[in-house]
Amino acid sequence: MTMTVSSTMPREASPDASRGVGGPGPVRRRAKRFWTMRRRDAAAGYLFIAPQLAGVLLFVLIPVGLAIVYSLNKWNIFTGQLSFVGGSNYAALAADPQLPSVLGATAVFSLGVVVLNIALGLGLAVMLNRRFRGVTFFRTLFFSPVVISVVAWTLVWGFLLQDNGGINAVLAQIGIHGPNWLQDGSTAMGAVIVTQVIRSVGVNMVLFLSALQGVPSELYEAARIDGAGSRTIFTRITLPLISPTLLLTGIITIVGALQAFAQIAVLTEGGPALSTTVLVYYVFQQAFTFNNIGYGSTLALMLLTFVMLLTVLQWQLRRRWVFYEN
Amino acid sequence: MNTAKKLVGAAALATAAIVAITGCSATPTAPAPTTAAPNSVALRMTVWTSNEAQLALFASIADSYKATHPEIKSITFDSLPFADYNTTLTTQIAGGNAPDLAWMGDLSKDLIASDALLPLTPVLKDTKGWGYDDLLPSATAEFTKGGQLYAYPFSNSPYALYVNKDLLAAAGQSLPASGATWDDVSKMGAAVNAATGKAGFVIRDFDYSAWNTLATVWSGWGASAWNADGTKCTFDDDKMVGAFTFLHDAVYKDSAMPGPGTKADFFAGDSAFTVAQVSRASLLTGNFGYEVVPLPAGPAGSYSVIGQAGMGVLRTSAHPQEASSFLAYLTDPENSAKLSQFFPSARKSLLTGEKLAANNTKLTAEQLQTVVVDQIPDAVTLPNHTSPAEIAQKGKTALDAMWKPDADVKKVLGSVCSAISPLLVK
Repeated sequence: MTMTVSSTMPREASPDASRGVGGPGPVRRRAKRFWTMRRRDAAAGYLFIAPQLAGVLLFVLIPVGLAIVYSLNKWNIFTGQLSFVGGSNYAALAADPQLPSVLGATAVFSLGVVVLNIALGLGLAVMLNRRFRGVTFFRTLFFSPVVISVVAWTLVWGFLLQDNGGINAVLAQIGIHGPNWLQDGSTAMGAVIVTQVIRSVGVNMVLFLSALQGVPSELYEAARIDGAGSRTIFTRITLPLISPTLLLTGIITIVGALQAFAQIAVLTEGGPALSTTVLVYYVFQQAFTFNNIGYGSTLALMLLTFVMLLTVLQWQLRRRWVFYEN
Repeated sequence: MNTAKKLVGAAALATAAIVAITGCSATPTAPAPTTAAPNSVALRMTVWTSNEAQLALFASIADSYKATHPEIKSITFDSLPFADYNTTLTTQIAGGNAPDLAWMGDLSKDLIASDALLPLTPVLKDTKGWGYDDLLPSATAEFTKGGQLYAYPFSNSPYALYVNKDLLAAAGQSLPASGATWDDVSKMGAAVNAATGKAGFVIRDFDYSAWNTLATVWSGWGASAWNADGTKCTFDDDKMVGAFTFLHDAVYKDSAMPGPGTKADFFAGDSAFTVAQVSRASLLTGNFGYEVVPLPAGPAGSYSVIGQAGMGVLRTSAHPQEASSFLAYLTDPENSAKLSQFFPSARKSLLTGEKLAANNTKLTAEQLQTVVVDQIPDAVTLPNHTSPAEIAQKGKTALDAMWKPDADVKKVLGSVCSAISPLLVK
C-alpha cells in the first residue's frame, strides 16, 4: 500500500514534497510544480470572489476614482473639454446658497425615515411575534410593499396625495379639509417620509421578527418568575438580545434613506422650494440636469463621506450598546 | 522608456490633429462632396417623438435618401422619452456616444454657445433648390448666431386657446365674437367652475413647475423673463407683476384656475380652457364640442407665442458632411411639405391654411390660418437661455412661494430675479 500526501497539507511543507512518494529506490528529483495545493486553493478563492470583485471595481472603485478626477475639473460635456480647476469645486460647496437647505432636508428626511422605520418595524414585529389567527396574512400584508416597484408605489401615492386626491377625498367625507400634502412646504417632507416608511418597513419588520424569535424563551420565563413586568422584560431582555439586529437595521435604514431618489423625483421634484431636495437628488440635478459634472461629483463625494462616517460611527458605538459584542 | 516616448508622441500628434480639425471646423464652410466609401456611413438622429406615423415618415425620407446615396449604410431615428430627452442626449454626448444629428428644444442655446453644432447655412444655401430665403426670419432667429443658422427650425407650433364649448354652454357662457381677453377667460372659467365643478383655465404643461410656459400669459402684459440679449432679469418689472397678479387672483380669488397639486386635463374634458400648442390638437377626441382660437388679448393687446424645435448636426459626428447633406435633404421644400403635416414649417411657401389643412383632420383651413399661419411671423418664443435647466429649477424654487393665498407677488418675483440673475450673466 502506498502513502499519499494529505490534501490538507501543503506539498511544500513536506520535506518529501519534491520527491516521488513511491517505494524505496533511488531518489528522483522532479521540477517543482507550479500548481501547488496552496496556489490552487488561492486561485479557487480568487475565482470565487472574482465576480464580486469585478462588480466592486467596475461600479464602485472606478466610479469613485473618476468622481475624484471630475471633482478637480470643469467638464464642458458638449465639447468634451476637461479643464483642471483644482479645489474650486470644493470651495463652491461653501459658497452654494442652496446647500444648507439641501443638507437640512437630508437630515430631516434621514432622521424621520430611520426613527419611524425602526420604531414601526419593531412595533409590528413585536405585535406579529405572537400566535393568533391570521398572523401570516398580516405579516405578508406589511411586507408586500417591499416587493412593489418603488416608482409604481410612488406614482400611486402621488395621485393619493394630490390636493383633489384620494386621501383628501376620504378626509372630506368626515368633514376634514386636508392640506395640499405635496405642495405645502409644511407637509411635503412628512408626506414623502411616510410614503417611504410604509414601503420599506416590511424589511425591518422581518429582520426584527427573526431576531425576536431567536430570543430564548427561558429568559422570559425566568424574568416573569422574578416578577418582571412587560416593560422591564422588553427593555432588559428583548432589546439587549436583539441589539445586533438594531445595529444592522440602523445601518441599512440610514444608508437607504441617504440614497432615496425616486420618491423625491416622482413625488415632489425636490419642492416646494427646496423643502424636499435631499442630497442624492441635488447631486443628480447638478450633474445630469445642470450638466455641472465637476460640482456634482464633489457633492457625491461629500455624500460618500457622510455615509462612511455614519457607518463607522455606528460600528464603533456598537461596543457600547450591542449585547453580543465585547 | 521608448514605449513611453512613443505614447507621448502619439498623444501629441493626436492633440495636434484634434486642434487642427477643431480650428478648421470653426470656420463655416460648405461641406465638400462625400468621399466616403460605399455602404460605410451609419447616421443616427435622436428624436423625442414616438409617434409611429411620424417615425414612418422620417424612415421613408431616409430610405429615399439612401437609394441615391450609396455611401449611406443606415439612417436610424433614435426615439428618446421627451421628459428625459435633454438629460439622455447630454449623457450620450458626455459618454462619447453622441448622435450625428439631434432634435433640440431649450438645449439649443447651450449647444450653440458651446460650439457643439455645425453651422448649417453654407450647406443649406449651397444645396440646389433648397430655398434658404423661403425661411421666416422670426423662425430662424432662435437658432442663429453670428449670421449662421445652427439648427433648422423644423417645428414652429403656435400656442392657442382651446375651448370646451360644452362646458361653457353648461355654465351659460359663450366666447365673445370679437375675440376673448384674459379677463373674459378668467370670468368664464370661474363661471364654469362654479356651475360644473370642472376647472376654468389650465396652462398645459405648466403644472406649477415649468414656469416658462407662462410666457403664453405674461406676453399679453408685454412682460418678458429677461431683456433681449438675455443679460438682465426683468421678472420683477411692473408688467410681470400685473401678469402674476392676474394668475394669483385666478387661482386664489376667482377659482378660475386650479391650484397646485390639482390635475385637470382639458383633452379629457376636465377644464373649460387650456393654452397649448396647436400640434396638441391631435389629442382632441371629439368627446366634446371644441373651438381653437388665438391666445386671448392682454392689457398690452394681442400677441402670439410659438414653441420651437430644431434639428442640427453635432460637431462630434464621425460623418459631419454626410450628416449635413442628409439634413439638407430632409428639410428641402419637398420633404418639408411632408413634414408640415405634423410640424408647422418655417417656410413661408408652406404656411397657408389650405396647405396645412390638407393633412390635418382636427382643424379647419380657417382655424389653421388664424391660429397658425397668422401667428408665426410676429410670434415670440418661450424664454430660452444657456443653462436652461438650472435657470428653470432656480426660478421654480423661488416661484414656489407665489402659490400661497397670501403671497406677496412683487416680493416673490424679486426673489426669482435674485435666483436667476447670476446664471444670466454666467
